[in-house]
Amino acid sequence: MIMILPELSMLLFSIVFLFLSLGRKKDGIVLLAKSLSIIIFGISLAGVFASGELFSGAYRLDLFSQVFKAIIAYGFCLVIFILDRQNEVEEAYFPEYIMFLGFSTLGLMMLVSSVELISIVIALEVSSYSLYVIVPLRKGQTNIQLEASVKYLFFGAISTGIMLFGMSYMYGIVKSTFLNDILKVLPGFMGQPIGVFALILTLTGFFFKLSLFPMHFWAPDIYEGASNTTTTFIATVPKIGAAALLIRITMLANASGVQFINLLIVLAAISMTFGNLVGLVQKDVKRLLAYSGIAHAGYLLMGVLALSKDGYASAIYYITVYLFMNLACFYVLVVLSKDGRNIVLDDLVGLSKRAPLLAFTLAVGAFSLAGIPPTGGFTGKLFLFMSAFREGHLTIVIIAAVNTAISIFYYLNLVRMSYSKEAESAEPIQLTFNEKALCYIFIFLVLYMGVMPFGLLDIFRMAV
Amino acid sequence: MTTALHKYLIMNTLSFPILSVAIFLPLAGAILLLFMRGERSIKVTALITAIINFPLSLFLFSRFDVGADRFQFGEFIPWVPSYNINYILGIDGITIFLILLTTLLAPLCILCSWTAIERRVKEFMFCLLIMETAMIGVFCALDFILFYVFWEAMLIPMYLLIAIWGGPRKDYASIKFFIYTLFGSVFLLVAIIAVYLVTNTFSIPDAMFRDYDFTFQIWVFLAFAIAFAIKVPMFPFHTWLPAAHTEAPTAGSVFLASVLLKMGTYGFLRFCLPVTPKASVFFAPYMIALSVIGIIYGGFVCLSQTDMKKLIAYSSVAHMGFATLGIFSLTLFGWEGALLQMLNHGVTTGALFLCVGVVYERTHSREIYDNAGLGKIMPVYVGFFGLFSISSFAFPGTNNFVGELYVLIGIFSQNKLAGFFSIVGALLAAAYMLRLLKQIVWGREDKRAISDMNAREVIYLLPLALFVIWMGLFPRPFVQVIEKTLMNLHSQMNIFFR
Repeated sequence: MIMILPELSMLLFSIVFLFLSLGRKKDGIVLLAKSLSIIIFGISLAGVFASGELFSGAYRLDLFSQVFKAIIAYGFCLVIFILDRQNEVEEAYFPEYIMFLGFSTLGLMMLVSSVELISIVIALEVSSYSLYVIVPLRKGQTNIQLEASVKYLFFGAISTGIMLFGMSYMYGIVKSTFLNDILKVLPGFMGQPIGVFALILTLTGFFFKLSLFPMHFWAPDIYEGASNTTTTFIATVPKIGAAALLIRITMLANASGVQFINLLIVLAAISMTFGNLVGLVQKDVKRLLAYSGIAHAGYLLMGVLALSKDGYASAIYYITVYLFMNLACFYVLVVLSKDGRNIVLDDLVGLSKRAPLLAFTLAVGAFSLAGIPPTGGFTGKLFLFMSAFREGHLTIVIIAAVNTAISIFYYLNLVRMSYSKEAESAEPIQLTFNEKALCYIFIFLVLYMGVMPFGLLDIFRMAV
Repeated sequence: MTTALHKYLIMNTLSFPILSVAIFLPLAGAILLLFMRGERSIKVTALITAIINFPLSLFLFSRFDVGADRFQFGEFIPWVPSYNINYILGIDGITIFLILLTTLLAPLCILCSWTAIERRVKEFMFCLLIMETAMIGVFCALDFILFYVFWEAMLIPMYLLIAIWGGPRKDYASIKFFIYTLFGSVFLLVAIIAVYLVTNTFSIPDAMFRDYDFTFQIWVFLAFAIAFAIKVPMFPFHTWLPAAHTEAPTAGSVFLASVLLKMGTYGFLRFCLPVTPKASVFFAPYMIALSVIGIIYGGFVCLSQTDMKKLIAYSSVAHMGFATLGIFSLTLFGWEGALLQMLNHGVTTGALFLCVGVVYERTHSREIYDNAGLGKIMPVYVGFFGLFSISSFAFPGTNNFVGELYVLIGIFSQNKLAGFFSIVGALLAAAYMLRLLKQIVWGREDKRAISDMNAREVIYLLPLALFVIWMGLFPRPFVQVIEKTLMNLHSQMNIFFR
């Protein structure tokens, strides 16, 4: 029991808020959520070196899963801290909101430990269903978030269907649902259409979570429709779980699956090019970040398609950096948007005058997303490039390099708006201590991961 | 530390890591600025930080062993051991003057912005100091990744300098500058990774003079060359430069012209020649052609300019053309000339931009016509301006003459035609600079209430003026310092010339 403490504590957290949602008293809820989330992060961190198996091997605890759990718990903790303002969700739904965030995180934690197809599906659905519920929870009901939630639900269901279809193929080949058994047999089928087919269809479910082409189209609408904090969560934490499973599942392939790798290369190339090109014309910052997310899913795939230890480690490194830099950008949006509405590019004008720290946080986040040293985004991208290049995938590296140059335009736009344009009314934004602290944390994390990658990178290499 | 590295690097024997201090002192100053209030104290702190760095680099210079054939003052700290990325620093004859130039110009840039920058002083000084850190870092780094980090890190403060404190078209200029240079840089990164996958190390000395496959060299050279040619900038890649120069504040223009452009030619000398020697020989004729086109084109465009800053910006295209011309003449004389030209252009063009800044502060116009006829009103200013102008077109007895002479000797021994055309370019330079000088000094007669230069302005132009004359009359000490390193490079590369 002691091994699955992170999951248990997460479950407990959600149950606590389940009861709170039944009660009338709504005071002190945020404070409680904050302190509990810190404790959960502490527990996950302490459990990093736990190992073992549960449920006859369907649920495995190893360094890989535990590291991811710690990252997920940290992401969750940061999102809870971002969720400072109650102006995004109706007050009455607040405890439920936190409860569903908790359940979703629990699902992701289960996901990274699952090594059996059925439990993977269950974990994935636990995390998804909670999100389907919270997408429409936004103050000031309009059609836009209803549309978003319906879209999210439908596309999620479809992608689950496709994934199950692929898994049925896997089961058909191997006659087992355990990844270990599949790992022994499936690589032998990688030269044949059925093997590639099974793997690709299964991966589609995760592509949906990662918003990778061709499963990307939900992202911009849902990002735009959901409240700022919900988007912050959807854009960051589930991606970590999806990346973890993506890595686990691609491990089922081996280098002989040339068609499989070629397909991943094509997907990565299209995803980053499409995301970046469409990102260029976005006005709504959340939509812009959605397209940036599509592009980044493409970058991430470069590490995965190398099918090497280095590649997987760099993919984990990158998704971790992505978590921090994306959170940094979203955080600025959450703070800026006092009434919970969407921020468009023009709202950023004069930000450096109104709130220098916020502008700086946004700049660090944007430059990191663009991959400019000395930020974590650069170091992460460097590792990805190196691992893909080492396995001989020169084309995708060059495509990614060109894409980096394209993407700089819209990331720079964020900085340009907040720094070089002058605002007509420059009333300063007062930041609370909590907000300042979070800004400094994000800046520190992004820069730290850029300048000192060694410790984390070594842990990630050990984990894969 | 790899044993191979010992062959290239003399470790630092001073009691403190002098290169790291030189690099990170401005950064420390910049961080200190963040916690300060009050414009005056911010300016003074920034100035002091920058000033301390100059004697420090003079001290570095005094300990510099002219006869050594290896990198000196080496520092080595493992950084990301699993990928063999290390923090390696070291300098040689190619870099020592570039570091001196940077540390000399940094305080001058702060001085020239003393009254010109009126808003967001703290951020401005912060950017300047970060720039200094990155620039010194680029010249000291002996690890590809470290080099790349500094190389790219410089983009951000430079972008902000143009975007926030720039002229009316600052938006366009800053974005063009950023995207253009970043576009080249990503190819540089790909080339760096390619070299790494062959050598399994990011150490720059380790990557030099290896017998790489010829096709590999061709591709790596092209990737390097795109990045460096954009930075220099060579002829078809130069379009970002006039816009960026014209819109940048004076300090930004000075840094841009004097140091940033040098990073491109430095890259050619440091990476293209030793890492891809065969490809360099192969591509030399094309690079020479581009350089000559740049010289002539820059000259003609300058003739038609009415904006002082734009004229000097375009003249940079021509002058830097001489530097690349010298490098790709693949002769010792050419390289010496190129290196001297880099140094001279840094001083002269930096000084000319400072001069433009001086009048701009008074007349708020950079149009030649608006600033014409200053001869009687500002005699001291015109004295300085005249000196730097004649130095700019390589008048004998001034610094640029020495550099261009060396380059011409180098190129004539290799390619008479290119030599001939570059002389035409030098004549054009005389034409447009004298035209500018004539306009500024005697242009029109009217009585305007403009004060001559004040003490602060004289202080920041005087060292540059002294350098112009010193280098022009007595270049031997400068040549001596760079000679050994370049001779070494030449002898190592001689194998590939045959």
